[in-house]
Amino acid sequence: MLVHSRTGRWTAWAVLAVLFLPLFALPLLVILTASFSTHWSGAFPSGPTTAHYAAAVRGESLQALTTSLVTAVTASVVALTLGTWAALAAAALGKKGKRLLDALFMLPVAVPSVVVGLAVLVAFSKPPVLLNGTPWIVILAHTVLVTAFAHQSVSAAIRRLDPMYEQAAASLGARPSYVLFRVRLPLLLPSLTAAAGLCFALSMGELSATMMLYPPDWMPLPVLIFTATDRGSLFTGSALAVVLMAATLLALLAVSRIRTKASYR
Amino acid sequence: MTSGIRFDGVTVAYGSNTVLDSLDLTVEPGEVMALLGPSGSGKTTALRAVAGFVRPASGRVFIGDRDVTALPPYKRGIGMVVQQYALFPHLRVDANVAFGLKARKAPKDEIPGRVAEALEMTGMAAYARRYPRELSGGQQQRVAIARALAIRPHVLLLDEPLSALDAQLRSGMLAELARLHRELPDVSILYVTHDQVEALTLADRIAVMDKARLQDCGTPQDLYRRPRTEFTASFVGNANLLPVRVGTDGVTFAGADLKVPVPGAAPGSAATLCVRPHLVGLGDGPNLRGRIVEVQWRGSTHRLYVEVGGHRVKADVRELKETPALGTEVTLHFAPDDAVLLAAGVNDG
Repeated sequence: MLVHSRTGRWTAWAVLAVLFLPLFALPLLVILTASFSTHWSGAFPSGPTTAHYAAAVRGESLQALTTSLVTAVTASVVALTLGTWAALAAAALGKKGKRLLDALFMLPVAVPSVVVGLAVLVAFSKPPVLLNGTPWIVILAHTVLVTAFAHQSVSAAIRRLDPMYEQAAASLGARPSYVLFRVRLPLLLPSLTAAAGLCFALSMGELSATMMLYPPDWMPLPVLIFTATDRGSLFTGSALAVVLMAATLLALLAVSRIRTKASYR
Repeated sequence: MTSGIRFDGVTVAYGSNTVLDSLDLTVEPGEVMALLGPSGSGKTTALRAVAGFVRPASGRVFIGDRDVTALPPYKRGIGMVVQQYALFPHLRVDANVAFGLKARKAPKDEIPGRVAEALEMTGMAAYARRYPRELSGGQQQRVAIARALAIRPHVLLLDEPLSALDAQLRSGMLAELARLHRELPDVSILYVTHDQVEALTLADRIAVMDKARLQDCGTPQDLYRRPRTEFTASFVGNANLLPVRVGTDGVTFAGADLKVPVPGAAPGSAATLCVRPHLVGLGDGPNLRGRIVEVQWRGSTHRLYVEVGGHRVKADVRELKETPALGTEVTLHFAPDDAVLLAAGVNDG
């Protein structure tokens, strides 16, 4: 720890308790409590009940969860592929081309996601590419939104990758494609899995662009949470929110297990 | 393909900054050539031009009789070992050594044998299933050498291979490298180093580089005993460089006449006299009288710094029974044959 004196350490803990608990932990705790409650009129909720959870894992809710998972996995895989490809291409380009490509991939981060949603809606609502009304328009929007993050984190990892490994491989007679698949990508694996986790988490929680695009038969979980709370079903919404959190956390845990296995340095 | 490397007027520049200036140098098949010089002298650039990692602005690079100037690195058939080892951290030792064989699509049933052979040769057979991070620096360097040798290259490029090792390990690895070269007499080795001991120990010939240029090239004995430039004299071994004026059968230094051979030097011209400290002794002749200004005890020898006519002359003498007091007046002498006259014209600075 950087703080050495006893009082200093206690102060640091106190600041953490005052700032972190109310801002981050408490709201989540309230959601968790609400998800087990039947009423909450006084200081403490009444209950507990598991009825909300029983509802959250079947029918419409279960379908929303599956929709979210399929969307997030598809968007993450496509985003990771595109982002890695672009980052590798940018690394091989000159300074100007690299800057242009980086800027292009940064665009969806700079533009509000509502705008991205609207843009995708307008662009793909008429032939020749008519995606409006299909699940694909949601997946497409999510892909556009998360590719930026994939590109950014893989780019950073490529910059940190020591060129001596590639050169050693080349001197041993390995063609560029062999170097890519046997040396560069394996060495980038920890960063790739981290990027995948980030993309997945972002897509799981995406609401604003999705709201503008989702067709009736492809409603992701965040939309369902929003509509539930909107019509006043706070406790059902809370249970759904906890399910969303749990699903995302589980996926991230799985990814971090791969990361630990892949990190050798 | 035959071994041997030839630089034919190779120039490498980054923008307006020339880092290698028209290098002409031939490494014979089976020869160990050391590129010796301080950092920024262009020695590593020369090696990287052979490997294919820098493209010369002009000139050609040949490996054997093949012009490789325009070939990408993976088509050059070289083995290379760098200071930081560059072992692939995600592969075990045996997979690291097999990497080059697999990349070149060697027959599958040959690979295990050749990996074992290369690991045997470098004494690393017992570590085949380890990861690089589980090995010490010296062991990693042995694996890097095994990996480079497994593809049976005709040319081996070693870029400061021992710089990351501590002194004791370094001398052991030097002996190992010498043994490896005896076992592989056909392989040409280009050995980049800033350490003169490594160059003198290992090389058949040494190319001395400074300021992007080749300064001198010759056998270690040649460069040590008969350096042609002040730079070589000071960088290879540690020489006394005395500013002298040439006479008819000797030179004048600090008012004293010294009888040394003066082949071809014009009487009256300025020159530099090079004498190795260990060839300077204490005597009682009439010349070279000076005052001791510093004494260093080095175990088996005493290093004396003697001020003669405003110049410090270094003398390494066998350990003296009594350490001489500072300010003691002594007379220095050396055999005429042990001094080399460097004409002012070939001095580089």
